[in-house]
Amino acid sequence: MADNKTMLSIKNLTKRFGGLAAVNDVSVDFQAGQINAIIGPNGAGKTTFFNLVAGAMPPSEGSIEFQGIDVTGMSPDRIARLGIARTFQTTMLFDQSTVLDNLIVGHRLRTQSRLWDVIINSKRLRDEEKKCRARAEEVLDFVGLSHLGHRYIVDISQEERKRVAFALAMATDPELVLLDEPAGGINPEETENLAGLIRKMVDHGITVCLIEHKMDMIMSLADKIMVLDHGEKIAEGTPEQIKNDPVVIEAYLGSDEDVEA
Amino acid sequence: MDRVMNFLASPAMKVVLLVAAILFPWVAASEYQIYVMALAFVWAIAVYGLNIITGYCGQLNLAHGGFFAIGAYAVGLLTVDYGWAFWPAFIAAGVLGAFFGFLVGVVSLRLKEHYFAIFTLCVGFIIYLLIEKWEELTHGTLGVISIAPPEGFGLVDFTETIPFYYLVLFFLVLAIWLISRISRSLVGRTFLAIRISDDLAQSLGINLMRNKVLAFVLSTTYAGLAGALLAGVVRFIGPDLAEITHTFDVITYLLVGGIGTLMGPLVGTLLITWITQAVQSFEEYRMIVFGPLLVVLVIFMPKGIVGTFLTWRGRRLASKAPARRAESRVGDSSDGNQGEAG
Repeated sequence: MADNKTMLSIKNLTKRFGGLAAVNDVSVDFQAGQINAIIGPNGAGKTTFFNLVAGAMPPSEGSIEFQGIDVTGMSPDRIARLGIARTFQTTMLFDQSTVLDNLIVGHRLRTQSRLWDVIINSKRLRDEEKKCRARAEEVLDFVGLSHLGHRYIVDISQEERKRVAFALAMATDPELVLLDEPAGGINPEETENLAGLIRKMVDHGITVCLIEHKMDMIMSLADKIMVLDHGEKIAEGTPEQIKNDPVVIEAYLGSDEDVEA
Repeated sequence: MDRVMNFLASPAMKVVLLVAAILFPWVAASEYQIYVMALAFVWAIAVYGLNIITGYCGQLNLAHGGFFAIGAYAVGLLTVDYGWAFWPAFIAAGVLGAFFGFLVGVVSLRLKEHYFAIFTLCVGFIIYLLIEKWEELTHGTLGVISIAPPEGFGLVDFTETIPFYYLVLFFLVLAIWLISRISRSLVGRTFLAIRISDDLAQSLGINLMRNKVLAFVLSTTYAGLAGALLAGVVRFIGPDLAEITHTFDVITYLLVGGIGTLMGPLVGTLLITWITQAVQSFEEYRMIVFGPLLVVLVIFMPKGIVGTFLTWRGRRLASKAPARRAESRVGDSSDGNQGEAG
């Protein structure tokens, strides 16, 4: 898997909101089995880029190819079924329910049961519910939280919530996971642990794409970095290349380093 | 304390409730009380309907009273003007509830949050206007009188209060049973994911429109059937049935009992119905009691009585017994409560 297979191939991607191009003519390839980071100042269009890839909004121009399939303009639920999962900047979970209960629905997209199955309590439904529960326990174990399965979401820490959000994305059986600021709002030690978890995901054959502001984390974690500024791609390369790129230093690292750190 | 708590949330509690409901006509002080209880059950069915789309699926539908009125008028007009018997008309009321629910749903559910609520508010008002102004069909402000009661097929007479009470109880139990099935199933979990956030649900591969329309049609079918039962017991209906106040009554029952919980609709409806009875002498001024009560409740118990209780109990159990949890709780033993918590 890790040898140069293209997971995501993006060509001339553009998204305009009125006169503003939030993403402007971005072309980039992300390889399978790698950690790809997207960095850039606030308002650079990073989250819009994710929204386009996940199908949450249609692009104005350009194309998105996922594992050789053209997914441009496809609905987000279809894209999710094809194998792109995502987490959001703000973790969205159901507070009044347990961790495990939150995760069971994650595997729903791999099941077929309809209302009729519920009314007659069909074998298909029972089997699929078992399957979803088993998958939920599996991903909970994967993120190292099986001891918290029956805790309520309100009672767990911010870092644990992030892990549950990861687990929820994992429950969809994705090929590619988009992580939007996974380390936002957690302390350095927890950030380190989360980076370990991201590596573990890649070790299990998942391709990761993440948006992050924490430079230390990105530089040690990413195989490839793309830098966005005002919606345009201004650089792309390994952490070494990005660190030494004068355009990037000018636009981002140099001037904003203190603020971003 | 813990034992009381556990009992309240246990399956045995449901048996106790059912037995209490069956015995109620014998302990009631008067036939009037049985009649009030039967009406409360009818409204509870409507509240269960609203709970599907608003409680589980998170879409505030303000046309719910309108669909209730559609069900009631279906039975009223079909039996009085077209000579149908009650039971076929009852089924037609459910079908019409589902049909109009589908039509309204596929249009209105394209809108999100407040916009959906405002749209359905207008739909509810249009239903009211149609019923009031379309005199040729609906008899306008005169309403529909002497609606056929449910036929008892020679066995029972549903014009009597007590048989009708049991008939309504039967449908209420059926309604709750179906909801408990749905809410615990993958379908219910799908609704719940939509309630958390449209974006999250879509990122989990959930088709928003299909699931929202399903929840909406289920809820309007419940409303239609509840309306049909009301027409069968009251046997006189007027356009005021479609007034927005009924929708807000239903929402109040749901909020007080616990939105998105299994027993909340029942608890809320019964509680408010009997409080209303107790303060009936206040008439319009009873809002002086309910207004502040509702404000206090929304501030301090936004999850309602049942929701607050279940969350409190669940958190307490989870934090108190880490050892027990590690042993065995992963299997089915927790299922019973999840239906309600979810």
